Amino acid sequence: MKPDKKMDIEAILADLESYRPKRRGWLWRSGRDTRRTVGPFDYTDCSDPLRRSVPLPAAAAYFAGIDPQPNATITTEIASGRFEDDIRRMRMAAWHGADHIMVIRTAGQSHMDGLIEGTPQGVGGVPITRKQIRAQRKALDLIEDEVGRPINYHSYVSGVAGPEIAVLFAEEGVNGAHQDPQYNVLYRNVNMVRSFVDAAEAKRIMAWAGIVQIDGAHNANATARQAWKVMPELMVQHAINCAFSVKAGMPKDRICLSTVPPTAPPAPRMRLDLPYAVALRELFRDFKMRAQQNTKYMTSSTREATVTHTLDLLISALTSADIQSTITPDEGRNVPWHIYNMEGVDTARQALCGLDGIKELVALRRHEPPMADAVRELKERAVLFMEEMIEAGGYFAAVERGMFVDSGRYPERQGDGIVRQANGGVGAGAVFARDPDYLAPVTAHFGFNNTAAYGPEAERNPASLVDGCTLENPDKIVYVDELDPEDNVTRRLEETAELRDGSRVKPEMEWAGDGWVQTILFLPVADRLARAAALEIGARMGLRDVEVIHAEPLHPAEGTRVEIKGRFDAALVLSELSVPPEPDLLDEDEIRAAVKRRPIRIVAATVGEDEHSVGLREIIDIKHGGVEGFGIECHCLGTSVPLEKLVDAAVEYDADAVLASMIISHDDIHYRNMRRLHELAVEKGVRQRLAIVCGGSQVSPEIAARQGVDAGFGRGTKGRHVASFLVRKLCG
Amino acid sequence: MKGKERSDDFATRRERLATLSEPELEARFWELADRLTEPLAELARTHTTPAIERSVLLRMGFSSMEAKGIVEHCVAAGLMGKGAGHVTLRLARRWNAPLREAGLRLARGEGWDEAATEFAAVH
Repeated sequence: MKPDKKMDIEAILADLESYRPKRRGWLWRSGRDTRRTVGPFDYTDCSDPLRRSVPLPAAAAYFAGIDPQPNATITTEIASGRFEDDIRRMRMAAWHGADHIMVIRTAGQSHMDGLIEGTPQGVGGVPITRKQIRAQRKALDLIEDEVGRPINYHSYVSGVAGPEIAVLFAEEGVNGAHQDPQYNVLYRNVNMVRSFVDAAEAKRIMAWAGIVQIDGAHNANATARQAWKVMPELMVQHAINCAFSVKAGMPKDRICLSTVPPTAPPAPRMRLDLPYAVALRELFRDFKMRAQQNTKYMTSSTREATVTHTLDLLISALTSADIQSTITPDEGRNVPWHIYNMEGVDTARQALCGLDGIKELVALRRHEPPMADAVRELKERAVLFMEEMIEAGGYFAAVERGMFVDSGRYPERQGDGIVRQANGGVGAGAVFARDPDYLAPVTAHFGFNNTAAYGPEAERNPASLVDGCTLENPDKIVYVDELDPEDNVTRRLEETAELRDGSRVKPEMEWAGDGWVQTILFLPVADRLARAAALEIGARMGLRDVEVIHAEPLHPAEGTRVEIKGRFDAALVLSELSVPPEPDLLDEDEIRAAVKRRPIRIVAATVGEDEHSVGLREIIDIKHGGVEGFGIECHCLGTSVPLEKLVDAAVEYDADAVLASMIISHDDIHYRNMRRLHELAVEKGVRQRLAIVCGGSQVSPEIAARQGVDAGFGRGTKGRHVASFLVRKLCG
Repeated sequence: MKGKERSDDFATRRERLATLSEPELEARFWELADRLTEPLAELARTHTTPAIERSVLLRMGFSSMEAKGIVEHCVAAGLMGKGAGHVTLRLARRWNAPLREAGLRLARGEGWDEAATEFAAVH
């Protein structure tokens, strides 16, 4: 795979029946918690850098492209329904610093009694199958070599097929998984006895494969009516899954708590969420923290979500996060789009880099009120919760009484908890007592297994009875390719072939060729009118399936911000596009030699009522690689210089060129000033011998040229660009 | 179904915890978690399910569809307490057939009477 070439999805899908994953088990980032220098800065909370990445925008513009990588593993959830399109998004996410890729399952998979095979299209997620996993793991094996960091691949071991999915994950090199029987019970109405019996087997298999487990407690936060009241129960749910997992044979450092700061602004969330984060990390100090971002209080505003998520990151930095998960800021409006996965990952990377070393500067006042009291109270409420569960007769009885997901702050009860019956739910009645001669001749089996009847070798290694199972011998795995002749990846790829062969391009947000584009409008009318107007504008722009995805009043009468999406249906032929040539820069030594042969003198100024001088200095100053450095003689007149004075000075100095900086662009004043500058030079009879060069952050070279000046330079221009132009114009 | 409402009586309930030190309180937390989960783990040690047995058969080298077939017949034959993998292993030995061949026959619904005989003979 080459960095400047797109991934070949067909090649990934080829020969999958014989593909074996490179490794098993979870890997943390290497080089964590070592003091290191990146560019001009020292960091205390960063891990080893990537071999290849896309740095943050500011890093690329102002910090020489440095890309420090925080300690925490960073998660992004990628599951558009078409796993083949998700592979490309995974590669982009890895380049943005994600090393934990989580795949949400298609709606309804948790109630499927068995595995799904093939590659059907999913809804709200991806059908998790052997072929799909193998293809994505194969792609990630290539991507991790490209970025130079292991990538953990993750999905869900829940529902009524948990143990089989755990086997599948162990066989196929999946590195992380959600597993929490309480999730099945409370949110999927899977029979609770079945859930726990299945879970122990699944956890035992996951432990064998070194898979990191994430629990499901965060769902109580998302489900509760008032999320800040559910904290004691969250601790209880974490405790039940942790204690049960340890009994099933999982090492504590593979067990992660899925913890979300429960509230969001405008609630005073530090006061509420920080003591909770502290209490949790104290009670569960032997376990790992997967810090998730808040979804409970998300709206369709991506800006608002980003601020909430940044505060989540502050809590992570002030306490701890082994895995920092990210929620895409568009989750409140649609199934996540490519661009928002990158935004989510970038928000984590940006905030955590910015917060590097904060614990060396700031200490929590853990042992003073209000923190001390709040931490103690949370722990006591959680203990009281479990005492009442014991009094009720244990876990099943407590669920039957509706003790969980009640919106009261325990011991307060609102009586609105989720009630399940031990003999009810999906898969009820499908639990069988093991007889004294029960046997399972395989590796990583939990619980009673009468291997003793088959001798000491079978006791030591049950799979020896079948000459090794698939966990030891992957050649025994039966690979199923496709079951459905229509609903499969090959058919889908045929539809988008022309978009992958490099001949055409079409905008996309989720899937190749989906055509989705997003437009932001301000409409100076109230909400309902604005929505209607936005839909009409989208349609007149030629978009299909136009929908309002966000609307927010700026004022009840003065106007509304509206965001729409719609499909742009044409695929553009790349060879028909007119692409402006890259600026043809002269070699630095070449410029110096030319200026030595034919000296160049210029006068420069920021013109009009414009006090901005930074841009001009960047172009002129020798320290910034400006034109002075090439031997060009510069007379700088300063800021807010009248146009006429600039032309007069050019005459006085007998200059070859004027450089006019124009930052202010309101009402196109910069372009009007360019035209006036050109006209003044004509009026004074010097236009023929004077080159006029204008620059500024809002200058378009093409529009500048239409004003009659010789050259316009926009954002990102360096001294070398201007010097190359002057040498060509004057020394040619 | 609706649970009972109750006002926040934390102040009275916590009285018995008030004297506990922080480490004692945390120890109490984990002791309770252990007591709540031990019966669940014991249930798991002594029981099996169709999903567990299918996972055993997958590990023995059967496809998901084959495993599903074997387990459905195993439930119908009342032999889940023996383990579906176990039944497959024992019939392969009885038939002197390769494991996969035995399993495929069982998945087709063949040989289950013999399976019942095989296991009845043990007890």
